[in-house]
Amino acid sequence: MPNVLKSILTHGHRQRLLFCLLLVAVLLLPFATDALLGRGWVRIVDFAMLYIMLALGLNIVVGYAGLLDLGYIAFFAVGAYCYALTGSPHLAMAYPLLFPDGLHLSFWIVLPLAALLAGGFGVLLGAPTLRLRGDYLAIVTLGFGEIIRIFMNNLNAPVNFTNGPQGISRIDPISVAGVSLNSTQQVMGITLPSVHLYFYLFLAFTLLVVFVSSRLEKSRIGRAWMAIREDEIAASAMGINTRNLKLLAFAMGAMFGGVSGTLFAGFQGFVSPESFSLMESVMVLCMVVLGGMGHIYGVILGGLLLALLPEVLRHSVVPLQQALFGKTLIDPESLRMLLFGVALIVVMLYRPAGLWPSRVRRRELESDEVAR
Amino acid sequence: MEIFFQQIINGLVQGSVYALVALGYTMVYGILGLINFAHGEVVMVGAMLALSALTALIGWGVPPLLALPVSLLLAMAGCMLLGFGIERIAYRPLRHAPRLAPLITAIGVSIVLQNLAMMIWGREYHAFPQLINNQSHHVGGAIINDIQIVIIITALGLMAGLMAIVHRTSLGCAMRAVAENQHAAQLMGVDVNRVISVTFMLGSALAAIAGLMVSANYGLAHYYMGFLLGLKAFTAAVLGGIGNLRGAMLGGLLLGLIESLGAGYIGDLTGGFLGSQYQDVFAFFVLIAVLVFRPSGLLGERLAERA
Repeated sequence: MPNVLKSILTHGHRQRLLFCLLLVAVLLLPFATDALLGRGWVRIVDFAMLYIMLALGLNIVVGYAGLLDLGYIAFFAVGAYCYALTGSPHLAMAYPLLFPDGLHLSFWIVLPLAALLAGGFGVLLGAPTLRLRGDYLAIVTLGFGEIIRIFMNNLNAPVNFTNGPQGISRIDPISVAGVSLNSTQQVMGITLPSVHLYFYLFLAFTLLVVFVSSRLEKSRIGRAWMAIREDEIAASAMGINTRNLKLLAFAMGAMFGGVSGTLFAGFQGFVSPESFSLMESVMVLCMVVLGGMGHIYGVILGGLLLALLPEVLRHSVVPLQQALFGKTLIDPESLRMLLFGVALIVVMLYRPAGLWPSRVRRRELESDEVAR
Repeated sequence: MEIFFQQIINGLVQGSVYALVALGYTMVYGILGLINFAHGEVVMVGAMLALSALTALIGWGVPPLLALPVSLLLAMAGCMLLGFGIERIAYRPLRHAPRLAPLITAIGVSIVLQNLAMMIWGREYHAFPQLINNQSHHVGGAIINDIQIVIIITALGLMAGLMAIVHRTSLGCAMRAVAENQHAAQLMGVDVNRVISVTFMLGSALAAIAGLMVSANYGLAHYYMGFLLGLKAFTAAVLGGIGNLRGAMLGGLLLGLIESLGAGYIGDLTGGFLGSQYQDVFAFFVLIAVLVFRPSGLLGERLAERA
């Protein structure tokens, strides 16, 4: 049968067929998950999509331009807080005189603003460090991730901006064409609960991010990024403005982070500084490194694996320990972080291009003699 | 004025700890041109080891003045082993790999250490046992206690010792040679791998001492203490000029002073808008400012960007 198919369809046809099949599978995913594993897992899949978007954003910075960003989650936080501030009753509660009803801006207005703001932060952070060596960027972003958490935690007095450690709750749900996604909808006799609706929204955004990433990768800019990654001096000798392009990569990654942040705030309805710890940055970095730096499909695979890992651990490690020792010795949360750390080390030592590497990146990372 | 003196003293105490940790960063950077991200966690492990040993020894009835040096030596030995292991596992195999690779393994190592420490010692704060009658002295209106005096004196002594090792011994000569040019040093008969291992161990031993100092000064230790401390010590190293030993000491003391004076006066300066809870933010802005205006640091001759 496959031989018959092969003879009928050309290569291009086969590719297109494969793509269509994949698309149908993904479109049916929430229903399948719902039926097989329960509604809670659809929510987990939604979060996995958010992480994939984040990982794809970080991939531009780490994978294409070869810059290590260890505070990536800070940009996610900027986006999330943008929507939390403008789309919740928080302002009305904090400043009843100025904003009697709160701002309640539409998600679609906040989204581009948040993206721009996050990108702006990226430029602010990148500008002083990008003319220096990559190590400095890594440590500055690491610091920035922590600083922004300190501000989120403390900017509740005397001016209440972030509501401190309690976070901001009751954020408006996202609505598309006047339909709030926090409701159950009937479309052609099919019942779509809220988590399904969010899934399709996130899917649309993820596809957009994938599209933008893949176009960037093949564009003049993307090729310049990879040239910088492979040899900065040679790249600048070729007439590439390395500083501006590195800044562009950094800002672009930050913007993607900001976009996912706003989606997160609308989906979760609640943000607090706890969601934006260093560990989250490390997790996203791990997704990129494990999946395959600079390879879109690899990063998607990495994001999916690592976003589902904590749930798998929660459902396997605790019962296993209970059965073996009668009590929980190691909580799944710290085990997960430990595994991330080990994964970062092992992958870099033995498979530096990741589980599913791009061809270019593998050649580059596995060569022993690299100009230093 | 009393507040001013008090903040100066606090800053000097804190700054000597930063200086000791910064030396670890700067030594490794000088030799390998690499930021050892895991160094902050080594400090944490040192503090935890020392604290555990101390608590156990005192529990067995060992007199405090004997228990302290013994547990310090244990912590130093543990950290030296750790530093040796980190270099062997995470850095040596990647010495000729692209720059990104050792940075990623370094962050991996620090995540592993942090979470291992959390599994071993738990999430709670560990109190530093009361060893001696910690007397306070009044100096010009400010208060300094015995522990703080010991910290400053020990730190200065250790820095002098390190300078002596680097400039007076054949090992130090080998270290400087490797920092200057690895290949040339190798051709001159220097065992480069050994020198690098020893550098990591020296830095880790200093980190262990610094860890004990921090926990003695604040009276507690915690699995997460290494992260911010490491970040600040790195800032101190950059401020002084990374790769430069004197710079690390100067940078550490300066950063300690900036931080404590900043925390003491930020409330007045901003009219109460920002308070001392922003103490941890200063180091970051110092780092950015140094990178913008003088990336080679105060004492660094070499440009930070080395191709």
